Amino acid sequence: MYGKGLRSLSIATAAVLTGALGLAFFYAPLDADQGFVQKIFYVHVPLAIVALCGFVAAGLMAVAHLRTRDPRWDMRSYVAIHLSIILGVGVLVTGSIWARASWGHWWVWDEPTLVSFLIIFLLYATYQPLRFSIEDPDRQARYASVFAITAGAFVPVNFIAVKLAAAYTHPRVLGNIGANLPGPVRLTFYVSLLGMTLLFVTLWKYEMTSKHASAQLRRLKRILGGDEEHQGRTAAPALAQPAAGPR
Amino acid sequence: MTVSNLPANDGYVAAAYLVFFALVLIYVAIMAAKLSRIERELGELTELALRERAGEDAP
Repeated sequence: MYGKGLRSLSIATAAVLTGALGLAFFYAPLDADQGFVQKIFYVHVPLAIVALCGFVAAGLMAVAHLRTRDPRWDMRSYVAIHLSIILGVGVLVTGSIWARASWGHWWVWDEPTLVSFLIIFLLYATYQPLRFSIEDPDRQARYASVFAITAGAFVPVNFIAVKLAAAYTHPRVLGNIGANLPGPVRLTFYVSLLGMTLLFVTLWKYEMTSKHASAQLRRLKRILGGDEEHQGRTAAPALAQPAAGPR
Repeated sequence: MTVSNLPANDGYVAAAYLVFFALVLIYVAIMAAKLSRIERELGELTELALRERAGEDAP
């Protein structure tokens, strides 16, 4: 079900990311202030935008879960958060490398953009332990959805707070979402952003396909084996369970 | 300072891109391992189903 169109999506992702890489290194001009180091911008900023959008999307999926009580929405939200956390690791590491190259420090604590992203990352780092701490799958899914909605709402609020912050010392190549960028830089940035978005969607579908296949396999095992296999406590949503009715 | 005499810092750029690609690669490798486990378990279930059918067909 989730694997439908995965091959064409993977090819499109690989093509756009390769194009973005080519544009970043052979088309986009060198930045007058930062020189070659500015090339990190084309991987770091799209990665951060897509990770943050993934957290917000997970919140919206959690809303759908609470409205419908369909465990598939919980699974979608779970996978989106899982992927965004992984991309978040990439954002923090590439950001640190860029900070080291630009400012000579791996981390700057008085920089609001860096610290606010770290706060969001650490907030979402508690998502998996929260799920794991609740044994009842239905209660786990509900609590996780509430968390995803609250944290998802916190992401744009946090972003606005950073925009309003006075101290702008971050290597800000992007003014008003591309408004102040020269043409080749803007084009490269948008292609990179598209590539990262496609990567997120592809990996999301990839993981959803895997989770769905695992759930179907467990079901098949129960039918063929005739035994009620106890899965034990897990942070992952129980997709194989029938959807609970409205309460 | 003009662009031509800025320090190159090629290593940092390479490191940032490598981190990104390594992250994606590790993720895909983990997913591939899960996929091969699913394939193996599916094979075991197919064997089980075939054995059960052979048992039913036997006189």
